Parts: sequence; C-alpha cells; structure tokens
Amino acid sequence: MSLAVASAAPARRSLWRRGILSSRKGRVGFAILVGLVAVAVFAPLIAPHDPNAIDASRILAPPDLAHPFGSDALGRDVLSRVIYAYRVSLGVAVGSTLLAFLVGVPLGLYAGYHGGWVDTVIMRPIDMVLALPAMLLAVALIAIIGPGTNISAIAIAVIYMPILARVVRSSTLVVASQTYIEAARARGTVNRKIIARHVFPNAVGPAIVQATVLMGFALQIEAALSFLGLGAQPPTPSLGSMLADGRDVLTQAPWVEIFPGLAIAITVLAFNFFGDGLRTRLDPKGVAR
Amino acid sequence: MTGTVLQLEHVEVGFATADGTVSAVSDVSLAVAEGEIFGLVGESGCGKTTLAMATMGLLPASATVRGAVRFEGNDLVGLEPEELRRLRGDRISMVFQDPMTSLDPAFPIGDQVAETITAHRDVDTKTARARALALLAEVGIPEPERRYGDAPHRLSGGMRQRVVIATALANEPALLLADEPTTALDVTIQAQVLDLLRGLRRRLRTTIVLITHDLGVIAQICDRVGVMYAGQLVEVAAVAEIFRAPRHPYTQALLAALPDQQQEPGSLRVIPGRVPNLVTPPPGCRFATRCPSVMDRCTVVPPLAHETPEHLIACWLSEATKRAADPAGAAAAGGAA
Amino acid sequence: MSGQVQAVDRVAPVPAAPPILEVTGLVKHFSTDRGLLGSGATLHAVDGVDLRIHPGEVLAVVGESGSGKSTLARCILRLIDPTAGRIVFDGRDVTELRGRQLAAFRQQVQPVFQDPFSSIDPRWRVGKSVAEALDAFAIGTKHERRERVLDLLDRVGLDPSLAGRRPHELSGGQRQRVGIAAALAPSPKLIVADEPVSALDVSVQAQVLNLLADLQRDLGLAIVFVAHDLAVVEHMSHRTAVMYLGRIVETGPTETVFRDPRHPYTKALLEAIPHPDPERQLTGGGLQGEIPSPIAPPSGCRFRTRCPVAIDRCATDDPAMTAFGDGHAAACHVAAATLPTD
Repeated sequence: MSLAVASAAPARRSLWRRGILSSRKGRVGFAILVGLVAVAVFAPLIAPHDPNAIDASRILAPPDLAHPFGSDALGRDVLSRVIYAYRVSLGVAVGSTLLAFLVGVPLGLYAGYHGGWVDTVIMRPIDMVLALPAMLLAVALIAIIGPGTNISAIAIAVIYMPILARVVRSSTLVVASQTYIEAARARGTVNRKIIARHVFPNAVGPAIVQATVLMGFALQIEAALSFLGLGAQPPTPSLGSMLADGRDVLTQAPWVEIFPGLAIAITVLAFNFFGDGLRTRLDPKGVAR
Repeated sequence: MTGTVLQLEHVEVGFATADGTVSAVSDVSLAVAEGEIFGLVGESGCGKTTLAMATMGLLPASATVRGAVRFEGNDLVGLEPEELRRLRGDRISMVFQDPMTSLDPAFPIGDQVAETITAHRDVDTKTARARALALLAEVGIPEPERRYGDAPHRLSGGMRQRVVIATALANEPALLLADEPTTALDVTIQAQVLDLLRGLRRRLRTTIVLITHDLGVIAQICDRVGVMYAGQLVEVAAVAEIFRAPRHPYTQALLAALPDQQQEPGSLRVIPGRVPNLVTPPPGCRFATRCPSVMDRCTVVPPLAHETPEHLIACWLSEATKRAADPAGAAAAGGAA
Repeated sequence: MSGQVQAVDRVAPVPAAPPILEVTGLVKHFSTDRGLLGSGATLHAVDGVDLRIHPGEVLAVVGESGSGKSTLARCILRLIDPTAGRIVFDGRDVTELRGRQLAAFRQQVQPVFQDPFSSIDPRWRVGKSVAEALDAFAIGTKHERRERVLDLLDRVGLDPSLAGRRPHELSGGQRQRVGIAAALAPSPKLIVADEPVSALDVSVQAQVLNLLADLQRDLGLAIVFVAHDLAVVEHMSHRTAVMYLGRIVETGPTETVFRDPRHPYTKALLEAIPHPDPERQLTGGGLQGEIPSPIAPPSGCRFRTRCPVAIDRCATDDPAMTAFGDGHAAACHVAAATLPTD
C-alpha cells in the first residue's frame, strides 16, 4: 500500500539506467555485445590478416605476437578467421531471429487478440512445428533446399518463429483482457489500431527478451549446422566450420578449436546476460504502477 | 479495564526505495485491550496494513522498524525470525483481504486448517483432523465432514474467507489481525462474515484488530477505533464517540465525505489536495497540507494525548495535545489511564 | 415524493420525453468451455432484462457479484453481443449494428470503468488517452482536438498540464478523472459507468461522485450507474434497478425503492448495509446462504433458495413484474399478494 505512494512518480528517463544497466549482468552483457557487434561490423579493419590467405610456412603454427590465436591446418590466421567467421555467424544469428520476430510477433498478436477460430487457424500449425525437434527440422529443411548461410538463417527463423509467436500470444492474452483495450473499442478505435497502438507496445516486451536470448542460441545452431557442413560453405569462415576443422587437429593444435569455441561461449553468455537485464527493464511491474 | 494484549510504542516503519526512504508509519503508540475489537481505519497508503505487517514481522527486507511492539511480554521488533514464526499462526494470526490467494489452491481446505495445528502443536493427524473439523463447523461451513477434502476453488468467496478464519483460529490465538477481511465480499456475505467475527469474539474472547477503509464496517463491529492518516495515528476513541463527536479535522472530513442521501448529488464534502509524498512528508502534522484549520504550530508533530480517558487526539486544536506537549502545564492533565 | 427539499432535484428532469435507451428482453448466455470432450454448460449471465432510461436521468443498476450487472453494461455498450433481446438507442435499434453505424453509436454512448489503473493504457500519455475517441472518430482538426483535450482535462478538475504525463505519475482519483474526460470527449448522450468509484478511497470517491453529478447536470447526460455500494446509489441516482442472478427483481424511483422496498432481496440488501453509524447495528442473521450458480439458476423465482418468505408457488412460477405505482415495480409473488385486488 505505502509502496504505491512511493513509486508513484519515478522519472521515466532513469528506467533504462535502473533496468538493464542497474544489474551487473545486464551491464556486462551489454558491454560485451557492443564489443562483439563492433568486431563483426568492422571486421575488415580489425582483422590483422586475410582470413583465407594460405601460408604453407605457418601450418598449425602456435600463437605468437603476429598471430595471437595461432594458425590452422592451412596456415591461415585463426584470429582473422574468428573475426570474419564471427561476422557471418552473428549475421545469421541476428538475421534469423529478426526474421522470426517479424513473422512470429504479428501472428501471435492476431491469434491472441482475436482468439476463437483465428487463434486456432494460426496456432495449430505453429504448435505442430514446435512439436518437432529443432535441430532435426533445420537439417531436414536444408536437406530439401540445400546448404548455405542464407538457408541456415531461414531454417533457424522457421524454428524460432513459433517460439516467438507463442510468447507474444500469451502476453497478448494478458494485455487483451485489460480494461483499456475494452475502453479503446468503446471509444471507436478499430481493431487494427488497437493491436498496433495498445496491444503491441504492451505485449512485445517478453518477446524482445526471448528474442535476445534466442539470438545467442541461434549462434550455436548456426555453428552446429556449419559444423555438420550444412551452413556456411568453404571458403567462407564460420565458427561452426572452424570447429569442424579444429576437431581434426585438436591434439596437435588446440588453438584452432579453442578460440572459435570461446567466441561462441562468450556470445551466448552475453546474450543471456543482456536478456536478463532486459527482463527487469521490460517487466511491466517495473514500468507502471 | 482488562489486560493489554498488544502494545505499540513509538513504532516507525520506513521503506527503502529508489526515490528515498518512505516513512510509512510515523511514531505510532497504541494499546489493544484483551477481548476487544479494535478498528484501524484510513485510506490507502495511510500505513494501517504496514502497521499490521510490522506486528506480524512480515515486512520485506527493505523495511526498517523502530520502536517496540509488545505482545505477551515480548518485544516482537527484536525477535529472531524463527521465534516470530512460532508465534505466527499460534499466538497471533492474520486474515488477509483476498481469500483466494491466502489459501493454497492445490490443497484440501481441511488439511490446510489441520496443517496450522500440526505446525505448532505436537498432535497426531487424527486429533488435528478432528480439531479442524470442529473449527470448520465453528466458522459456519455447512457439512464440514463432506467439505473437508474440497479444494479452495470449489468454495465461494465467502466460504473461503470462513476457511481462512478457521485457519487463523486453529491454535486459539490471543490476537487476530484481520486486514480488510470483508472488502472482497458482497454486502450480504460481508454481513455474514462480520456476524461470524462478532460471534467468535463473544464465544472465544479473541482479541481482534480489524483493518479496513470502510467506516461502515468499523461502526458495525468495533469497540474502539484508531484513525490513521499518512502514517500517523491521529485519533483513537470508542466507536460511538468517533462517529458522534469526531475531534480530529481529518476524521471529521472523512466522515463528511461519505455519500448520504440527505445531500444533493454533487455536494459531497471533499478533502482538497492529495496525500503528501511520504518520502518527503511535511514536518509536523501530515494532514496540515489539507487541513481547513491549519495553523503555524502544525509544523510541529502534535502528540497523541488523552482528551478524555477514552478519547485520544493528536491535533493542536486540542487542549489535551497542547498540555501533553507542554509538560509545565501537564499537572492538570494527569489521571488518564 | 416526500416533502424533503433536497429530494426535489432528484426527480428525473424530463420524465415525459421518450427514453434515450430502451432495453427489452435482453439475454446474454455464455457457454463455459469444458475442454475437448465436455459439452459446455450455459451460464445465464443476463436472463431477460427490460429497462429504460430517459435523457438526463441517472439509473442505478445494483446487485452483488454474479448478478449480471456488468454483463448488462457491456451489452448496452455493444462490447459484447447479446444472445437475445433488443437495445433501442434514441429511437433506433442498435442491437445488430456493425462497422460504421456501430462507430456512430459509440460516439453517443461512452463507458467509465471501475479500475482506474487498468482502464487507461499505461504507456500512453494522458492527453493521448483522452483524445482516443476524437482520433478514432476524426472529430475536428488536430489543433481543435488538442484544445478539446485541454478543455476536458480542465472540465474534470485536472490541470491541463497533466496532458503530457503518463498514468503512473497520477493518483487513482486523477486516473479516474482521465477516464471520465476520455468518455466525455466525443460528447456522448449516455454514459455507462461500471462501478466508477468502488476502487477509490472515500475522500477521492466523494470528489469523483461530485464530478459525475456536476457533469450529469451541466451536460444533461443520461447515466447508467452500475454499482454494488447502496449508499453511493442512494446518493447519486434518480431511479434504481436491483438485479439478482441475471434478472431485475425490483425497479423504481430511488427514494421509493430505498424507503419502501417490496422485493425480499432488496430488503435483505438494504439490511446488510453496514451503516457508518454505531446506533444502526445490523439486525444479525441477515440473508443466509449465497447466490446460486448462474449455470443452474433455481426454477421459478431465482431468489427463492435464500428467500425468508418463499411460498410453494415460488418454485414453479416465475414471478412477473408487479407495479406498485409511481414507476415502482417488483417481481415477487408474496409482494404482489399484498396489493389490494379491486
């Protein structure tokens, strides 16, 4: 009771600071992500060497000053390859999740808002996709369409779309039961505008959190697909194909395996941390009341 | 007068928030006598629930409590969590507003009553069950044998609140704190539950502190009443006295704001302004910002003083308050119990 | 009418005018979905309600939870479609309206809701919420709408500078004023207020009741005032309709219904009010039992299972409304029997 009085007027501007950046996890995740995105964007400027330049004199050479991550079985600079691979993998992760978000969120909004047969028509097929094992689905899709970076991005989007649609649908159900939705209808606002102006802004939060966490896992899936040879095709470096390469020389030259592996681990962790931070930021309890 | 069951002495409760410390309860002193129904009334945010939670030791970690809460010879403020837990549900128990959320939805109602008994008494399940059945009958659950195994959702709101009350009474507590026990109920069901509380007090001599915003409920069942505003206790009196001759300007304004068919629609008396922000409360009397009789002296906290032996008031309009604040002239004010 | 001076203004101003709203035989059933296999049961939320309200009149609909009063309000607002019955607004059948015509109806009939916290979008600025209907109906130019919003805020007693605030910066009472301003925006003829003050503190409640009464008088609004608080109803309304389990059991001028209730349920309801007056104690006992499930309402008179004066006939015959004069009527066999048969 008394707390309600106290929190009646928190300045909205400080929410960002109080939300994501107030938790250490959120701060760490945010900082790492900013760094990683910079690496991906500025890869050509950062990478010390050509990622595909073969140097026969440096086959499986251990790390040194000029090549801090060492060289692989073809004498290519591992650091440069990780940087470029990162660009591909992060691109696939972000692109696929974004695609899933753009398709899944409207579907979830419509299904949750209208309910009834609209809900059934939209959600039943989505549930069926959800019921299939994700990896199997991706492999099957690629088997049909053929391998490649864009294809693996689409495959991941197909896996993620139902998850995001489900998340949005359930938050939409909560929002749609609020009185202000009924008020909007009584004020003459048409459904299309109610969904865009009332439901979407109030229901999208959990989906954003979910998408952030999923991006981290998308990077993993992309790596797994590439590891199996179903993702990025040589000579395009990708974290997964680098892992596959490194596996063969694991005992002689562990650096070929370790650095791409670390890159994946750090990214997934950063996305998770950032997702946690976002959760506190977007939690409706933290915003209003 | 019989013994005092609960004695609050200069209780202060503050909540640490991002905006600063909220002074939710400010210097409240109060004594509740054995066997009475004491009403605590005030609007949202006045600190009445916080005060009850402080008594029960149920405040969140962000709260700091100062002062003393004396109950059966112990000061509950300094008590270890385990000692408090042993008291709760045994010597002190509480009934909350929402009967649905205060019962475990996945657990038969009879077992929930019995559990409260076995948590505090070394009895076998058979005895606990028998006692639970008796309690369910006591609070007016029809066919308790048949109802014992029902999940809460099979009961109506009124019946659930009866079960909650049975749970609260399971160990014959010396003190029952009831926080808005009838607010979620319909008016005819509210009448039944109020009747039940009155009957329980008569039969079991349970002391009840009833927290409510509803002056009608207060008038119907309480013996004495304390009025709170913005964390301060501003007036304490017998219930008939409060309604017949309210002394504090806030109490007067609150009573005048009640809808009444004698008044023209649109002409209800209102209290201008808003409840002050309790992070930076006004110094002195917190009602001063809205009080029609405000004067310079109101920036000093008026002490709660005996106007008559039964009527306490904290307002500079009162001679008693003035005397209490000025020890030189206090001789004449002596004799108050 | 008694000779009380204060009571004079309570008479509806234009009793002879045709009703602004007339509801006939309104029924709303909900089917309760029992999962995959169960054949869903039918919940009789509103079961044959007739009522009319005249321009400038405040009609209170009172009842306990489960009485169907909120469902009735939502039917009148056309937020849900009635199962059967007719709603005639301003001489026009609006029961089946769709699309543009429904929108036109909505300009005329606006809601005020109970919970000031959930009835305005937490992310919208106050001014935008107030302007929602103006935007939806494209009333006026952008500039005119802005002016109107500021006027409305002023009209409901809020500082126009609050237009830029967000709801969480406002108190419950202020939010309820925002809700009322938003309802007034398209200049409706009828306001349907569902428990507009029951979530508010006493002192704030008084402010909002005063505001509603002022607006009603100044703008000549008709108000359907749905409430459970009888003291509020007695203070605010010209006429009262008492609902029980989907039916109206008694209706009449508020003063008559409160002074001389005919239906045993109305009597019980009035007796259960905890008066803020220690000398007027509840008479103990009161109404026993609880409202039956609207899925299987009792046969005959729906109140008979709790009625202290029920007779055999109540179990078989559904009582019709009996007129007691001056617009006062009740649906009760026992009450009807007290009338002289001339």
